[in-house]
Amino acid sequence: MIHPFHHKHPDEPHEEGPLLRVEHIAIAFEKPVMKDASMTVRKGETVAVLGKSGTGKSVLLKLIVGLLHPDAGKIYYKDKEVTALDDLQLMSLRSEIGFLFQGAALFDSMTIGQNLDLFLVKHTDLNSEEREKKIVHALEMVQLENSIDQMPSELSGGMKKRAGLARSIVIEPEMMLYDEPTTGLDPVTSSSIAELIVTLQQRLGIASIVVTHDLPTAYTVADRAIVLNEGYVIFDGDMKDLQKSDDPFLREYLSASRLDRERHDKILAARERLHSSAPQPA
Amino acid sequence: MAENELSSEAVQASPEAESPMVARWASSLVLLGGLWMFAMQFVRTLARPPYEFKEIVRQLNAIGYRSLSLVIVVGIVIGAVLTMQSRPTMIKFGAQAYIPVMVAISVMRELSPVLISVILAGRVGAGIGAELGSMRASEQIDAMDVAALDPYKYLVFTRVVACMIALPVLTILADFVALIGSWIVEKLDAGISISYFIHSVVDGVEFSDYLPGVAKTIFFGFTIGIVGCFEGYNSKGGTEGVGRSATDAAVTSSLLIILLDVLFVKVTLMLWPT
Ligand SMILES: Nc1ncnc2c1ncn2[C@@H]1O[C@H](COP(=O)(O)OP(=O)(O)OP(=O)(O)O)[C@@H](O)[C@H]1O
Ligand SMILES: [Mg+2]
Repeated sequence: MIHPFHHKHPDEPHEEGPLLRVEHIAIAFEKPVMKDASMTVRKGETVAVLGKSGTGKSVLLKLIVGLLHPDAGKIYYKDKEVTALDDLQLMSLRSEIGFLFQGAALFDSMTIGQNLDLFLVKHTDLNSEEREKKIVHALEMVQLENSIDQMPSELSGGMKKRAGLARSIVIEPEMMLYDEPTTGLDPVTSSSIAELIVTLQQRLGIASIVVTHDLPTAYTVADRAIVLNEGYVIFDGDMKDLQKSDDPFLREYLSASRLDRERHDKILAARERLHSSAPQPA
Repeated sequence: MAENELSSEAVQASPEAESPMVARWASSLVLLGGLWMFAMQFVRTLARPPYEFKEIVRQLNAIGYRSLSLVIVVGIVIGAVLTMQSRPTMIKFGAQAYIPVMVAISVMRELSPVLISVILAGRVGAGIGAELGSMRASEQIDAMDVAALDPYKYLVFTRVVACMIALPVLTILADFVALIGSWIVEKLDAGISISYFIHSVVDGVEFSDYLPGVAKTIFFGFTIGIVGCFEGYNSKGGTEGVGRSATDAAVTSSLLIILLDVLFVKVTLMLWPT
């Protein structure tokens, strides 16, 4: 908002440009998944990525941290070209970006505590006492402090998701990528995770991309939305303008998710409360 | 231009019956190429210590220790059955005194290394394929990359090294219990004493009967580990792909072991000509 210039020319490289720029990405496996997709994320901003199953939302997140390589197009994170980094540089990039995988992806041969510790060992120089402190703190944030010595197989699906979330925030990233943070969870857990995402954004100014099917979550956490369809970005704009769009796919998508007017307003009101409440340091 | 189009159409049309066959050969070549690259990465990892020793020990337990009972049963049966089967023929040639040596040499040179390796290709290879396949499907391998934990070093290298250690050790064990099995049959059928049996084996068996048989299992172990990891690591299609990875790992590594064995026998005979 302070840099209208960059609004108009997101491609222009500049010191004060967006935190993340995805430019004209194309990638195909057996079939083309992404044909020409571009997006930006500014500092402290939360962007929801919406779209049908199989449109490449998870692929997009993996491209951003260099787990996959695009066939065409470029990705910049803080003016580093992700698509051109070597393994060592990728490692340092990944210590700045937290990744919550769709299935949590906890290592099953380790306890929850060890799962978190591994990330700290590799990405920080902290001693074991300091790491322990951070691990406990991260688990407290997701209300799992009692599960520190449990194995992933002993946790429920929702607990795994939360443990995965704790693992991705324990390294104190500058940017978070959430792949379906609330899908398959009960409404209460779901909204507590949504709140956590908002808290992280407000308290630590973490920029986020939230991939989700769940429109209430998107409305609660996101400032802006991107809608992917058939390999293209068919909507990129304010969360509030989503309902106003007259794109036929988007209309169908929104009506299929059965978010009626009343519920929509409720969620927005809740969002206002959540976002306006002064961040309480724990 | 038009002619060109025509001829290319003709080429495509005629070998229609063959093309799935050609496609299968082509995909096998692609597979072998990928496998080769994957194996070369092992060499590169070898040059980059430190290694994950704790994980290697854990894998040795999972791969080696848990295969012990299987190997013991198979070993005893090989020795016993071979002795029973060869007795009539050996008696016919008046050579029953050579049964212990004959059994020992067959077991050490060929039967125990190859049978144990093929059986473990089924048990261990499929297990590794399924395990890494499900780690791929549940994005744990991606998560390792994100954690800056080299998944090749942590998952693949440790399992392959564990296989390379476990296979020769298990083969030596199988050799040993096969001789016990053979002696039990000799004892029951012909009342042969243990000291006679041992003497006869020690006198008749040479270094060149024993060492190559054990040595080649290091390579068979490498094959089982690398193929299992390769299939699991490149597993596609979620949960369904996990089963495919397991089966492919067992089939491909068994086949490669049998083919490699031909090569090793050739080399052994060149190095130690009789
Ligand atoms: N590593 C890969 N190798 C081959 N194909 C892949 C790979 N990753 C993703 N795909 C394919 O790309 C397509 C998009 O996958 P992706 O996981 O990004 O979908 P998604 O939008 O996240 O869907 P969902 O909402 O179900 O999670 C799918 O057809 C998938 O099969
Ligand atoms: Mg996905």
